[in-house]
Amino acid sequence: MATGAFAESGADLELVGIQKRFPGFTAIEHLDLTIPAGSFFALLGPSGCGKTTTLRLVAGLEDPTEGKVLIGGKDVTKLKPYQRQVNTVFQSYALFPHMTVLENVAFGLRRRHIADPVGKAHEALRLVELDHLAARKPQQLSGGQQQRVALARAIVNRPALLLLDEPLGALDLKLRRQMQLELKSIQEEVGLTFVHVTHDQEEAMTMADTVAVMNKGEIEQLGAPQELYELPKTAFVANFLGQSNLFTGKVTGSTSNSISVDIEGVKIVVPTKRAQRHAGEVTIGVRPEKLHLHLSAPKQSAGVNVLGPGRIIDVSFSGVSTQYILAIPGIGKVTVFEQNMKSGPVAAEGSEVWVSWDVEHGFGLADEPAPGPKFAADTDTATIAMQKKHALMSELEEA
Amino acid sequence: MAFGAFATGTAREQGPRRKSRIALLLLLPGILYLMLFFLVPLVSLVLTSLQEPAPMGDIGEYQTAFKWENYVDVIGTYGEHILRSFIYAILATIFALLFSYPLAYFIGVKARRWPLVQNLLLVLVIAPFFISFLLRTLAWKSILSDEGVVISGLKALSLMAPDAHFTGTGAAVVFGLTYNFIPFMTLPLYSTLERLDTRLLEAGGDLYSKPSTTFFKVTIPLSMSGIVSGVLLTFIPAAGDYINASRNFLGGSGTAMIGNVIESNFLVTLNYPAAASLSIILMAVILVMVTVYVKRSGTEDLL
Amino acid sequence: MSSKLGLGKWLLPAYAIVALTFLMIPIAYTFIFSFNNSVKSNIVWRGFTFDKWLNVCNQQEVCEAFGNSIIIGVTATICATILGTMIAIALVRYRFRFRAAISLLLFLPMATPEVVLGAGLAAEFLTAGVEKGLVTIIIAHTMFCVSFVVVTVKARVSTLDPALEEAGRDLYGSPNQVFWRITFPLLLPGIIAAALLSFALSFDDFIITYFNSGTTSTFPKYVYVSAARGIPAEANVIASAVFFLAIILVLISQVSSAIRRKRLEKVS
Repeated sequence: MATGAFAESGADLELVGIQKRFPGFTAIEHLDLTIPAGSFFALLGPSGCGKTTTLRLVAGLEDPTEGKVLIGGKDVTKLKPYQRQVNTVFQSYALFPHMTVLENVAFGLRRRHIADPVGKAHEALRLVELDHLAARKPQQLSGGQQQRVALARAIVNRPALLLLDEPLGALDLKLRRQMQLELKSIQEEVGLTFVHVTHDQEEAMTMADTVAVMNKGEIEQLGAPQELYELPKTAFVANFLGQSNLFTGKVTGSTSNSISVDIEGVKIVVPTKRAQRHAGEVTIGVRPEKLHLHLSAPKQSAGVNVLGPGRIIDVSFSGVSTQYILAIPGIGKVTVFEQNMKSGPVAAEGSEVWVSWDVEHGFGLADEPAPGPKFAADTDTATIAMQKKHALMSELEEA
Repeated sequence: MAFGAFATGTAREQGPRRKSRIALLLLLPGILYLMLFFLVPLVSLVLTSLQEPAPMGDIGEYQTAFKWENYVDVIGTYGEHILRSFIYAILATIFALLFSYPLAYFIGVKARRWPLVQNLLLVLVIAPFFISFLLRTLAWKSILSDEGVVISGLKALSLMAPDAHFTGTGAAVVFGLTYNFIPFMTLPLYSTLERLDTRLLEAGGDLYSKPSTTFFKVTIPLSMSGIVSGVLLTFIPAAGDYINASRNFLGGSGTAMIGNVIESNFLVTLNYPAAASLSIILMAVILVMVTVYVKRSGTEDLL
Repeated sequence: MSSKLGLGKWLLPAYAIVALTFLMIPIAYTFIFSFNNSVKSNIVWRGFTFDKWLNVCNQQEVCEAFGNSIIIGVTATICATILGTMIAIALVRYRFRFRAAISLLLFLPMATPEVVLGAGLAAEFLTAGVEKGLVTIIIAHTMFCVSFVVVTVKARVSTLDPALEEAGRDLYGSPNQVFWRITFPLLLPGIIAAALLSFALSFDDFIITYFNSGTTSTFPKYVYVSAARGIPAEANVIASAVFFLAIILVLISQVSSAIRRKRLEKVS
């Protein structure tokens, strides 16, 4: 594909049945993925989840053990990296240290014999607002500037697909925020398909139209950022994107709209359409900021779930909100975020509290409940003491 | 430096694996070359060491045999030279280490604040490399000759007996070996000391150790890889050297080392089997000493 | 080491000055005696003259030996640098079997005393009936330089970020273009350093040369052979000239890299 033409526009990317094994371990188990043209797509996951390997497979820097890579409907699995209309912004930027900024940006154009490489390179540098530094060597630029040169060097080729491998990882927080917005606006301006790999959930959520959460070589869940946050389908997603309170129990009844789950004798209701499983042992959850804290037992009412009483074991103030951690006997730790609507904490450490949340805010996960301990967080001493007490009491009763 | 360099480089082996056909193309010419001109000669040296004189031949004509007695013969004849070589080499290595360590410490640690000064001092250390090895040895011979300023001065001050000599003695040979291989010792020492984190020395002081204790408990262990490299780079060429010990240079009648004997057997008396078996002995002893030394100093990954 | 004492503060610098001066003594001696108005042997000072510097080639043997040394040094350096660079790239960038054996094969020539290397090659040439001369010296020098080239270039290759080559391939560079436009220019400083080291090793080698030279003379061999009857001042001229040339080259590279570093610091 080393012809003297640019891609007309961004192209679809399709991965079909991809598997990638390295000697000794499997990086990608089985991957099917379609990324529509013109979208800003983020692959989000912890390190070692296979996201960078996926990117390298698309770029052609690795060959899949099995499966196919299609770009714009064309099978490119067998094509070499330099034959693919795909460009990468590398994690370390990989700017050629022996060339000027301008020569770096013009490199790809010259290799493809595209007319007026210098003019086009200047144009790309203007887009990232670095044209005044065109004569410098990469080492003479700051981290943020190098990052933008790497971006210019990739987009100047008008690739069908632009791959970004943790491109903001080396920047400090403030610069990262600024670059996130810039990247987003450049993507909208040039209309290419961006595939962005990151382990930073906030970065993925602010920038991408679609986020795929990867774990252990597989995609756990794919969707718009808000959808992933509001309705996580697995415990991994629920915990990797923000924080969640998770409870496990048996489904005791269901109506057409909702299911009821028995959590240590407390009935918790979850809307049927927000639950992945509707029978047997299920894990349900709710986000900490959806919980309300009560200093006295709230009135039971339809449409509200109540847990408690429990004791506050930790209060930490973080400006916008305050995080409370409470231990509810038999159920475990629950995290609550309360907006700081008035000054000073709502409740002090040690006070007895209840929590409640709107039924509509709960969600049910697709995971098989994990074997072993019934609850996600039950290792705090209060809970252990409580369990010991229960066990002792049941022993005494038997005697 | 050279020895240490073989230890590193495994880190990137996890990188992209590429077709080993290209690797073969890259390796083949060089490896074949070394096989042909390094490995085959070693084998041919072993074969030569076992040859016996051709029954009807002239001097220098030998035939293939398995005359292992050659080894016994040369040890009997030249045992003294072999022993002397290793004693001289060990002494030269120790002196070079004592000479180089403070120098390398100064350049690598104390001069760190001024990189240009540091580099210039380093240039001075390697400067002797740039003047012919033989000429600098001859220069010492002239400087330290009986008529020279140094020796006649010492004699005038009665620090040396009037009829004593320096050139031609074992001391002169050890002196020459030490001088000639000092850069080989200083450079690896410098390159490890240069990377020494001085905060560790401060930590030593903070944890109640005297400067001398810090030096022996922190500095020396941390520069061990440099010491090992320097010792090997000095000891190996010193043990095989025959310039310094040669009569025309710093040596005399009683200073011949194994290298001198190999040279005269090979090039003068054309006793190839003797020269070859001496070479094999030299190499074997060095390999054994190096292996033991590297094992004991706890830097096995060096080889 | 003992920085508390006022004396201790000066002890180390003072020692360094004395030690470095000691290292310079024979160099200074050789240089001074290149101006000696000597007749045959150059041991006794007979007055100052520029003659030897102006008419080095009056001593034809010295000049011829020097010429041979240059020819041998250049040829062996080229061969060793090419072979060694190829091996270094393969060692760092590729995985293959017999890696340990190959590392050992590269390490051994550096751990083998020169007499053994020289005698071994000479024994091989003797068995094969090859006549010794310029070619056998070049073969020998290439052999012992290869390992040093591998070590030097390898250090450079392993500091090279593989992402740079990947970026080259990603930006439509064919394997050939990636090598010549990215890999090679980035390795060049290491390759040049390796070549200079090879040349220095070859130029100053005597022991291996002596075993494999036949009747061909090189500069060190000339010095060795004529040591018994006295070395003409012209040899000092050549050695001094080579010395100053090398020092100037090193100083230029040091100063220019210092300037470059300063400039980089100023920008950031």
